[in-house]
Amino acid sequence: MKTAPTKTKVLTANRLTDGISVWLGANGEWVFSLKDAFLARHEDAVAAIEAAGQQALADNRVVDVNVIEIEETASGPRPFRLRERIRADGPTIDYAPASAAQASQAA
Amino acid sequence: MYRYDEFDHAFVAARVNQFRDQVERRLSGEISEDAFKPLRLMNGVYLQLHAYMLRVAIPYGTLNGRQMRKLAHIARVYDRGYGHFTTRQNIQYNWPKLSDMPAILEELAEVEMHAIQTSGNCIRNVTADHFAGAAADEVADPRPYAEILRQWSSVHPEFSFLPRKFKIAVTGSERDRAAIQVHDIGLQLKKDEEGRLGFAVWIGGGQGRTPILAKKVRDFLPEADLLSYVTAIMRVYNLHGRRDNKYKARIKILVHETGVEQLSAEIEAEWEHLKDGELKLPAADISAINAYFAPPALTDRAEGWGELAEWKKSDPSFADWVGRNVAPHRHPDYAMVTISLKPIGGIPGDASADQMDAVARLAEEFAHDEIRVTHEQNLVLPHVALADLEPLYRALVADGLATANAGLITDIIACPGLDYCALANARSIPVAQDISNRFGDPARQADIGDLKIKISGCINACGHHHVGHIGILGVEKKGAELYQISLGGSGDEKASIGEIIGRGFEPERITDAVETIVDTYLESRTSAEETFLECYRRIGAGPFKTALYGGAAEAA
Repeated sequence: MKTAPTKTKVLTANRLTDGISVWLGANGEWVFSLKDAFLARHEDAVAAIEAAGQQALADNRVVDVNVIEIEETASGPRPFRLRERIRADGPTIDYAPASAAQASQAA
Repeated sequence: MYRYDEFDHAFVAARVNQFRDQVERRLSGEISEDAFKPLRLMNGVYLQLHAYMLRVAIPYGTLNGRQMRKLAHIARVYDRGYGHFTTRQNIQYNWPKLSDMPAILEELAEVEMHAIQTSGNCIRNVTADHFAGAAADEVADPRPYAEILRQWSSVHPEFSFLPRKFKIAVTGSERDRAAIQVHDIGLQLKKDEEGRLGFAVWIGGGQGRTPILAKKVRDFLPEADLLSYVTAIMRVYNLHGRRDNKYKARIKILVHETGVEQLSAEIEAEWEHLKDGELKLPAADISAINAYFAPPALTDRAEGWGELAEWKKSDPSFADWVGRNVAPHRHPDYAMVTISLKPIGGIPGDASADQMDAVARLAEEFAHDEIRVTHEQNLVLPHVALADLEPLYRALVADGLATANAGLITDIIACPGLDYCALANARSIPVAQDISNRFGDPARQADIGDLKIKISGCINACGHHHVGHIGILGVEKKGAELYQISLGGSGDEKASIGEIIGRGFEPERITDAVETIVDTYLESRTSAEETFLECYRRIGAGPFKTALYGGAAEAA
């Protein structure tokens, strides 16, 4: 039986081997895109993903496991916190090689 | 250039092998994250927002072409083609895999580099004046003393588990280019009235949550007493430093709460037991380390004077670059060249692998194979003949490294901020890029003159915002970024902590606010010769607050 609705949450972590950000998908696998994350919309679901996270941590598959709040938008899940949006989308800047190529040498 | 001896090689190799075993056991699940975390941190491995981050030590910011090429190689093979030079004279890689860390450390060991003590509650990489061994105003080269401190502090059994991290900086000149007054211990080389070499000793400086300038505890400490006196300081700190609250654990809090007089008396009392013991530095040992830092044999090349004058006359861009990025060397035919890692609109401190290779090549060709990393996130070639400046400049232009902005408003320090750092509350790099683009016009920069902007994405102050002439601190307020401005900070021999000017600014308004501050300075200065900092110290915060807030400033 479903419990009371709650704010939608997803489970995120960093993969142990390379530290890359991952999210728990609907099939129980860790995915590389927030768009593919399982959306926990009620308390039972949140408890389930928390348990899955603790198991994955114990199994040494991921580290730094956290449940985060998201809002469901037409374009997909969007974290409330900027920090989590940047984790999901990557840095908001180009990497050095690109920016160096673009940068003016005029000065 | 310091070279490893047999002990150094064996020590670093043992550490690499030890960490390889620890990583393998972590990946196999034999040890937990809780057990592994302090082990990885001891080897400079952090977990950041998107990936692991490896911080590699560049002791006192000195490296040669071979070492720089290795840093480029690591960027290319194990990372995403770039590295980030930091305000601690280190380099950080943002994307290495944990599974690659042992291989990276082994490659670093091949060129006598490592990541030991770039994290953790220990004595960190000792920093020094980036013009060491070359500056015309230098009393003595600070690097031998930084190296002595490095050897003494590496895996020091008594000081490997301090209340908090501990930072030491050494400067060799009256002019402080190492920001010693915002370090836990600051050492300034000087000579006494009889011409003997020693140090003025400062303790308890630091930025972060509680910015405090250091207090001088010794006007002159003979060089032979360096280790015994620093040991006395460390013992008093290790004994009394607070371990119950990490925010109050730095020595600056101890100095502030205890009082420098009482603490100094305790240090002196402890030193009495130590000063004539085994920590006294024998002159032969100092001499041996000094020999490793012998300056290169610089042949006279007086023809450079005339050539330089001709080149400057024929190429204004070259003349501008010389004017900003070239400083006097102790040898009249040579110069020290700052390679700006602040291209207009670029990321402060970032260098691509190709750029690192280029710097290595140019150091070998034009600079006696020496490179320095500055605490302001630039590189320096410390020994360049005036006669080689023009071809060096041409090569730097080709490699995107000739931005003529050293010390100008676009020479911005910025920490990685929320784009990479797990501790950050706000982004730093996009703010720096936006300000850089706004003020990118060379003529406008020249008109503004010396002005240091420093940006941190959180209260830990890795971007040194407290000592920025204009300091910018990113904070999170109600889930959004907000940028708080402080004015009047300085990290030199006349150090000061910037004054928070009023309520913070939203991301889209921060560059406008900086422009308002700059315009207020331009309207207020007595002449073009009065710098921003001089002007601020003369007129105070009032005119800037009025310009920004209409006289209704309130704290953010």
